[in-house]
Amino acid sequence: MINFNKFYKLFNLISLTLVLVSILLLLFKGLNLGVDFKGGTLIELRANSKQVGISSLRKSFNNMNLGDVNVKKFGDENDFLIKFEKKDINPNFIETIKKDLTKSIGNSYNFRRVENVGPKVSSELLKSGIIAIVMSLAAMLFYIWIRFEWQFSLGAILALFHDIIITLGFFSLFQLEINLSIVAAVLTIVGYSMNDTVVIFDRVRENLRKFSDIKIFELTNISINETLSRTIITSITTLLALVSIYIFGGEILKGFSLAMILGVIFGTYSSIYIANPILVKLRVSQKTILKEETN
Amino acid sequence: MLYFSKTRIILISLISLLFIYVASSNFIKFDDNFFNKKINLGLDLQGGSYLLLEIDNDPIIIQKLQNTTSAIRNLLNDKKINFTDLKINEKNIFFNIKENNHERVKLLFSDENSEINPYFPQYKSHQFDLSTQGDEFKLEFSKYGIVDIKGSSQDQAIEIVRRRVDEVGTNEPNILKRGNNRILVELPGLDDPMRIKSLLGKTANLTFRFVTQNVNETFGVEKLFYEDNSDTALVNKRIILSGENLLDAQPQMNNQTNETVVSFTLDRVGAKRFGKATSTGIGKQLAIVLDGKIVSAPVIRDTIASGNGQISGNFTFQSATDLALLLRSGALPAPLNIIEERTVGPDLGQDSINAGIIALLIGFILVITFMFFRYKIFGLIANITLLVNLFLLVGILTLFEATLTLPGIAGIILTVGMAVDANVLIFERIKEECRNEKNNIIAFDTGYIKSRTAIIDANITTLIAAIILFFMGSGPIKGFSITLAVGIFTTLFSVYFIARLLTGLYVVKNKEKTNLI
Repeated sequence: MINFNKFYKLFNLISLTLVLVSILLLLFKGLNLGVDFKGGTLIELRANSKQVGISSLRKSFNNMNLGDVNVKKFGDENDFLIKFEKKDINPNFIETIKKDLTKSIGNSYNFRRVENVGPKVSSELLKSGIIAIVMSLAAMLFYIWIRFEWQFSLGAILALFHDIIITLGFFSLFQLEINLSIVAAVLTIVGYSMNDTVVIFDRVRENLRKFSDIKIFELTNISINETLSRTIITSITTLLALVSIYIFGGEILKGFSLAMILGVIFGTYSSIYIANPILVKLRVSQKTILKEETN
Repeated sequence: MLYFSKTRIILISLISLLFIYVASSNFIKFDDNFFNKKINLGLDLQGGSYLLLEIDNDPIIIQKLQNTTSAIRNLLNDKKINFTDLKINEKNIFFNIKENNHERVKLLFSDENSEINPYFPQYKSHQFDLSTQGDEFKLEFSKYGIVDIKGSSQDQAIEIVRRRVDEVGTNEPNILKRGNNRILVELPGLDDPMRIKSLLGKTANLTFRFVTQNVNETFGVEKLFYEDNSDTALVNKRIILSGENLLDAQPQMNNQTNETVVSFTLDRVGAKRFGKATSTGIGKQLAIVLDGKIVSAPVIRDTIASGNGQISGNFTFQSATDLALLLRSGALPAPLNIIEERTVGPDLGQDSINAGIIALLIGFILVITFMFFRYKIFGLIANITLLVNLFLLVGILTLFEATLTLPGIAGIILTVGMAVDANVLIFERIKEECRNEKNNIIAFDTGYIKSRTAIIDANITTLIAAIILFFMGSGPIKGFSITLAVGIFTTLFSVYFIARLLTGLYVVKNKEKTNLI
């Protein structure tokens, strides 16, 4: 049996530091919001000749008076992603860009994807994304509260916050783009992290019923150990699937799968080192669950 | 618990086989007509354009306020009620009434069958809300008044949008209402939406009006630009003819001038008016005004009584075709703005499908290899379950003709990773039980029973996340939430029926064996 308790202090300190650093990053560095949430235009361009390079593209786009243009490589050698924020009213500006581009680099390219999101839509998407995340947290809080006790609910939610904040902090640190699929990833992390926590909590509750003389401090440790092989196997199979998406699933799914990979790692860790210590701190005992059951 | 009756075994096998068949119909062409449904590919996978249009209702609201203002003027004059300062701003109508008439005027607007302020019998609320401050009366649209305006302009606009998109002839367009002032247009397979965008960007409000030099015409005049912004002309506000009077419009080559023109045919009322205008206005210039710009302003030489005419104006064949199309499909009630546009080329879509399938295969192989090495024979059972689970998932998506998006494929791959969880929970539990219980059958039964609450709770949490995503997410993300949610149900089915059936058969045969799992 592994004694997880020995490392509570150390890991709690690490978690606290990571969360604080993430919050600071989010406050001061902020997130790199994509066109979905910031509005603007995104063009995925594939060059059909080696002559078209990132510098020539950058030069051509900068000459088009589109404001701040961001050009970067995107997966394949000849694929590029161009982003700019110009709020253009002319609906045919994509056509104008194509003409200008053909003039400067010839016609050996094509637009594989164009996304143009107006400021109104982007702020709505941002709002509904935030609402979705808050709602899912509230729903989880409520569900665990009904199925377990409030102490469990609090532990699970704090673990969730921990996972989400650190994942977002990571995205802020490396300025990875936040788009709609990242919101989907965050919500799935919520589901996964909860899933993981619930399995351990379920065992804690079962053991609480069984043993009246074991302190919660040891009881959580026993429960974590009993479920440990499941915890590890499930996170391995999930990570195998996610790594497969990350490597083979194409550029568009990279951000999504990376967020999920981080979420699964932190979700697994937080079930052990955030959710359970909170049960200990809140002095959950056999009385806590028996009281509820006699009601 | 591990015992399954014959009927149940047959039922489970039949369901599994049915879904394997349904799922396979996506990849293999079966000859019979028994089942021919397919999963829809989302625009991000098959390529195409997604346009979100917003109706700009402000001009309609102003127009309605103007109409109501003149109605109020007539009504108060009829009732011989003195009023002053009747005016409008963007949202309200104001007028002043002397105190002795306050009650009478209030009654005019608050009566249940009021003609000036209708809707009460229908909505239990009037079209306008009336508020007073001293002598000043203020009218503004009530909630229902606004809803009614938006609703009817959306109904009209979606009809016109549908006609225009149909005329262009794209492959199975999808045109839907969104909210009360938006229209969603999905155009599968279209990788350059430029033409559709320029067609939808025009209101196509066509009017025929006389050009004049006299600033003091009775109906008022306005200065309008020509289409190419080269010149302006003073145009009478009185409308001789409008697009509503058109029966047909077609692009045509004018044989004499060798110019492309748009020829049109008028309805009876239109033909009569056009005949009258052309007979009285010989020598005058008749301006053809489209969306506030003059297309051309030919001089009338003859009376045209046939109801047929031509519009010239430096058209190319393409622009004449487009104008004819716009005139045939009718004018939009209000301008449309494109507020969101997403276009994916077909080659990117195909690349995404290929990448998704490769990721799915590799993810699947990794997971089943891992499971086999971890649990041996039970790993095999879990893997068979996982495979059937995949068929069930794809089969249900096919049955409901759900739309599969790229994130949806990611959802399927994620399901592969997470679906084994339930079996892992059960197997690990059984292992624990086997330590204290020598009877394999009892140990397996207990394992299934004791792991149940954890499995249910764990799956419900993921389901909650998926449901919230479904309601909050848009397009591709919805696709993800659907596969995730359906995946949970198919997982539970396959684990509790298929895996348990296989486990049961194996354990009953090997009940004496020690260290079974």
